Amino acid sequence: MGTNTVSLYTKRRRLSDGILTALIYLCASLAICLVAGIVGYVVVRGVRSVNWTFLTTVQSSKNNTFGIAGNLLNTLYIIVITLLIATPLGIGAAIYLNEYAKPGKLVRMIEFTTETLSGIPSIIFGMFGMVFFGTTLHLGFSILTGALTLTLLILPLITRNTQEALRTVPDSYRNGALGIGATKWYMIRTILLPSAMPGIITGVILAIGRIVGESAALIFTAGSGYILPKSLFGAFHKILESGGTLTIQMYLRMTNAKYDDAFGIALVLLIIVLGINCLTKFLTKRFDVTRLDERRGKQKRVKTKVSK
Amino acid sequence: MDRSTFSIVGNSKAKNMTEKIAGILFLACGFFAVAAVIVITVYMIAKGTPALHKVGILEILFGTVWSPTSAEPSFGILYIILTSVIGTGMAVLIGVPVGVLTAVFMAEVAPPKLAGIVRPAVELLAGIPSVVYGLVGLLILNPLMYKLEMWVFKGSSTHQWTGGANLLCAVLVLAVMILPTVINISESAIRAVPRDYKMTSLALGATRIQTIFRVILPSAKSGIVTAIVLGVGRAIGEAMAICMVAGNSVNFPFPFSSVRFLTTAMVSEMAYSQGLHKEVLFTIGLVLFVFIMIINLVLNRVMKKGAEDGNKYR
Repeated sequence: MGTNTVSLYTKRRRLSDGILTALIYLCASLAICLVAGIVGYVVVRGVRSVNWTFLTTVQSSKNNTFGIAGNLLNTLYIIVITLLIATPLGIGAAIYLNEYAKPGKLVRMIEFTTETLSGIPSIIFGMFGMVFFGTTLHLGFSILTGALTLTLLILPLITRNTQEALRTVPDSYRNGALGIGATKWYMIRTILLPSAMPGIITGVILAIGRIVGESAALIFTAGSGYILPKSLFGAFHKILESGGTLTIQMYLRMTNAKYDDAFGIALVLLIIVLGINCLTKFLTKRFDVTRLDERRGKQKRVKTKVSK
Repeated sequence: MDRSTFSIVGNSKAKNMTEKIAGILFLACGFFAVAAVIVITVYMIAKGTPALHKVGILEILFGTVWSPTSAEPSFGILYIILTSVIGTGMAVLIGVPVGVLTAVFMAEVAPPKLAGIVRPAVELLAGIPSVVYGLVGLLILNPLMYKLEMWVFKGSSTHQWTGGANLLCAVLVLAVMILPTVINISESAIRAVPRDYKMTSLALGATRIQTIFRVILPSAKSGIVTAIVLGVGRAIGEAMAICMVAGNSVNFPFPFSSVRFLTTAMVSEMAYSQGLHKEVLFTIGLVLFVFIMIINLVLNRVMKKGAEDGNKYR
């Protein structure tokens, strides 16, 4: 380019800019292609296996059927028991960190250990759960062992989400409640927790997603049982029996080279994961406290909360 | 509550009691995480060290022969450790650039509508269970790798054929699996860069791309380092997905060798191991645990430094 043609108005094109822009677009489209490819492949290969019998029967060589009803039930058991234990613990920890503790060494220690817990890989949780809950506490291979192990795994998730939710509750709520004579626990119970509930629920749903997808932490703790309970007592006793979740069953089918069954389970898992993603998105959009304030005006929201 | 007996001071005793109990319960919940980490650490060390004494630290950590079930068992896990380290390194080398550029795309380049397509895709990528990655890798990547292997080693007589289940395959699966972590953390780091920086750079005549690579990314450095460290942690701890695709025999981690990772060693042998063999598997768990703890400490340091830098600028 000759110097006499340089003008402020003509844009000089840089080759490196073009290459880097292309690279950025390439990487982003790679991410989309990966998702589309994986989901598409699983749907195409799995859709033939998924039907009513697949969802409502259990694996049986006598009837020559393969179904995942038992595994679906086990997954449900583990989700419910894990959440029953982990949710109160996680919320309690978050309330302590946000409302009670003064900043200092103690808080830093709790936050560091929570961070550590979320960084430990699930296979380590699996080994720990096997020797601690399984052997030391004599729970063996059981749904309870699996649920206790998963409690450790999802605790950081619930704690952190609750903390975030509590932080979005304006201080004026706290001061208002305390100012008119509520005690701290009463304030937390009637003002803070209801206001933070959408955030807490989002955390719980994310935790469900984590539990549904988990396999390494369960294979040595919850085992691989797939039988449906036959009576009401059996339904209770099932907690102490081995029960494999969907992912475990899928892994076992895979190692036995039954790929069609495995893809069927993979499709069911993907549908669950997709549902959970949509639900969290819906919740965060609908109940975002800050956005609600913008839409309705802060005053009104405070009023409705206090009048409850 | 009976209205007539209501008094502000009347039930203060019961109230105080409730308050105290609530406070103690919350404190206990807070300490649960601390207790859990301590118990896990104690158990991992208690279970992992006996084998180190029985076999010998050097023989385990630096031995290269792994034959736990033979008549004269040998428990060298050096190749397993190297596989995890090298495999993780390669996965991060592939995953981080792709992840960071995707994050740049979502935060800086893409029009909101397009970013609205990429974001749910990334969220779904994060939600897909690891066994599904394993299955897809096994049935798509392995055959492709086998073709590549046949092409690379055509006519070679010394090559051990793996049928496509090799280190490279596992590395690719791991690279995909760390993508969501890298993308999410780097995206929020990029978004946290003050707008003034970008405006100033653009006003000085830098192009958009120059601004991104010379101003925004360097300012988001600590966030991106956090993303890398988290990616390393995720990759080194992944078990089920690579269990299927890595071939699972103990070899030096060359790209086309069938290899075994720390995690896959535990998954594939825990079920049938006994006695000393099982203890050595716990030692492998301890080695992985030590790696994770180091990563956590580094992460803590990086995040603290990032927070300090952030305060400095503001």
